[in-house]
Amino acid sequence: MMKISQIIKELDLELISGEKGLDNETNGVYSGDLLSVVMASAKEKQIWLTVQTHINIVAIASLIDISAILIVEGMEVEEDTIEKSNELGIPIIRTNKTTYEISIELYKLGIN
Amino acid sequence: MNNSKDKNKIKLEYSIISNDFKRAGETSSNIKSILKKVGIDNKVIRKVAIVTYEAEMNIVIHSYGGNIKLMVEGNNIIINAYDKGPGIEDISLAMKEGYSTATDEVRELGFGAGMGLPNIKKCSDYFKIESSTEGTRLLIKISF
Repeated sequence: MMKISQIIKELDLELISGEKGLDNETNGVYSGDLLSVVMASAKEKQIWLTVQTHINIVAIASLIDISAILIVEGMEVEEDTIEKSNELGIPIIRTNKTTYEISIELYKLGIN
Repeated sequence: MNNSKDKNKIKLEYSIISNDFKRAGETSSNIKSILKKVGIDNKVIRKVAIVTYEAEMNIVIHSYGGNIKLMVEGNNIIINAYDKGPGIEDISLAMKEGYSTATDEVRELGFGAGMGLPNIKKCSDYFKIESSTEGTRLLIKISF
């Protein structure tokens, strides 16, 4: 298990919102952009990698107890998404890297 | 908090507004936190969360509006989702993974994967769907 705050530090990620959840722990990653598939397959405490940025991603993360949402490819995150993430304390973090590139880095860090 | 008297008192009803993507997910989130408070098992909560979220999104995306009702009866969570039209033309197609009638606009947001109803069925111990041009009705039971 590793804290989200530590992953942000190690991989030089950008914290966008949801600071309250920085102590959330994770030991796995799920990647996907089709919301129903994510709902069915992502597991609790995983970090969710996606290009989706609208408010519904926070609802999904909250419903299935995702530890943090990692936005890839530097996508712009909408204002109401940020507000919801702050409200629920689910961190949204961001990288300019692709899903594949950041997945490798997460793996090397020991998240697998 | 793990009190069966509390559980059996649960009777919830929410109205869902068509096309309201901003509030979408609030009903299922609310249901989840209530079930958590009365000590329902996490695995059961996950199933209920998936079922109510998918049902909620179906109403938002495809219908003219509707409602979701949930109650606890003995060891069952009973969920009723009802919407006002236009109904599902071919239920057996709608039950097939990957089949969707969602617009391109909605798909760009990641909806319309064609997994909604299959996900609901997978998480249910009992699942019944009825649809006409008047509307669609789902009855779901999840046992714990």
